[in-house]
Amino acid sequence: MTAKYVVRYGSLAYLAVILVAPVGLIFYRAFEHGLGAFWSAVTTPDAVHALKLTLEVAAVAVPLNTAFGIFCAIAIVRHRFPGMGLVNAIVDLPMALSPVVVGLSLYLLYGLQGWFGPWLTSHGHRILFAYPGILLATVFVSLPFVVREVVPVLREIGTEQEEAAATLGSSALTTFRRITLPAIRYAVAYGVVLTTARCLGEFGAVAIVSGGIEGRTQTLTQYVQASYENFQQTNAYAASVLLAALAVLTLVAMTMFRPREDTRGNRSA
Amino acid sequence: MPRARRRALGAPALSSGIALGYLSVVVLIPLAALVAKGTQGGWHHFWQVAWNPEARAALKLTIGLALAVVGINAVTGTALAWTLVRDNFAGKRFVNALIDLPFALPTIVAGLTLLALYGPKSAVHVNAAYTRWGVLMALLFVTLPFVVRTVQPVLLELDREMEEAAASLGAGRLTIFRRIVFPHLLPALLSGVALAFARAIGEFGAVVLIAGNLPFKTEVASLYVFQRLNAGDTQGAAALAVLLLVISLAVLLAIGGLRRWATRHDR
Repeated sequence: MTAKYVVRYGSLAYLAVILVAPVGLIFYRAFEHGLGAFWSAVTTPDAVHALKLTLEVAAVAVPLNTAFGIFCAIAIVRHRFPGMGLVNAIVDLPMALSPVVVGLSLYLLYGLQGWFGPWLTSHGHRILFAYPGILLATVFVSLPFVVREVVPVLREIGTEQEEAAATLGSSALTTFRRITLPAIRYAVAYGVVLTTARCLGEFGAVAIVSGGIEGRTQTLTQYVQASYENFQQTNAYAASVLLAALAVLTLVAMTMFRPREDTRGNRSA
Repeated sequence: MPRARRRALGAPALSSGIALGYLSVVVLIPLAALVAKGTQGGWHHFWQVAWNPEARAALKLTIGLALAVVGINAVTGTALAWTLVRDNFAGKRFVNALIDLPFALPTIVAGLTLLALYGPKSAVHVNAAYTRWGVLMALLFVTLPFVVRTVQPVLLELDREMEEAAASLGAGRLTIFRRIVFPHLLPALLSGVALAFARAIGEFGAVVLIAGNLPFKTEVASLYVFQRLNAGDTQGAAALAVLLLVISLAVLLAIGGLRRWATRHDR
């Protein structure tokens, strides 16, 4: 039975060294000077503005990618149409692409020498170093999650119930609302949780397009980096704990909405 | 054919058009702008810009680190998945939820947490800041879930009767793992390490603080792109970014191929 313990304690020790101890320490560091110090660190005007901007971006990016995700998943699974293979391939791309490449692409497109930059600037629209640029970067990197969660569920439920509803005279919208949506709701919820986590935590792509101007275009993740580099470590740790708390909430939500195989696993194990 | 059209929301041509339109605005047009900028001036010029010593060093380091990440994750990921499926201990559900933390945690926070423990003010007297070990650790942090989450479901589905049969015929534990379990896990393991590889190639947030800004030493490809852009050399940044894009596409193609290979008996 020794092999069993080697695998168990070996893998758990790895988890502790690489994940649990560092994350635990950051909570300790944020609170080591007391709750008051933590509170004043997260309520500096720059931190509050950064949090607000991050939430404002997520509030638009998440619904946008959720609506597109459901729509695109239905298109991929239900419609056999030329071009769908291409759609399927592009959807996965943001998952495998460096955020720096994403940011640079947007920078080159909307920059002053880019394809769209000069026209937009002359018409008074600012994309780079402003809210729209941050939003575009965030939408790009968080694009695949809802699609990827909904597609397998749509495949599995098949079309029988939808066809039955159609034969009974229900309109496409009613069929979607009464048959399809209830069947995919957990997958959508799981996808939304993943999308939200990615939107709140995006750093690399946003770092390139936002400019990170304090109190104006700085998101919370950029605030963490700027604080750390300006030797305001208390602020960096406090904002990190705020983001980590959001991540823990995400984990709780993920455990609730997790696709069935894991819950089955827990029961059978 | 009104019935077929009523089956799902939206007519096929329309949905395809809307999906492609959204993807074009969000993904394709920006990437096209990148490729246009990166390859502007022809192939010869592209190689001249992309293949300078600093870029080469960055790319070499990135690929080397990504391969190390693949090797370590293959072992630890499989061990963790095994522990979560076949083992029983107090707090297993908690550990299972914890595996996803690197997915949920912002990458910049991941980097900061590693620096807090293994940085200049380390409580355990390990200073990995501005070293390749530190960068490797950051990459291991962010890629931790991939192999676990691809291998775990396969391990759950695996029929234990074969292993019992092998054991009754006198096979040892190692032989059973090598000859029976491992071949079943291999496709999932490969797609898990491929995802980890792609992530390690492109990671930025987790490594930016821990790597510092040391060309030829800790400067990985994403940092090189960022640093070139900040220096005003958009051409140089775009050239290496195009190479990163090509690597990402190749990994995605490989994963697609793996999926088809893994399900070849189902069709």
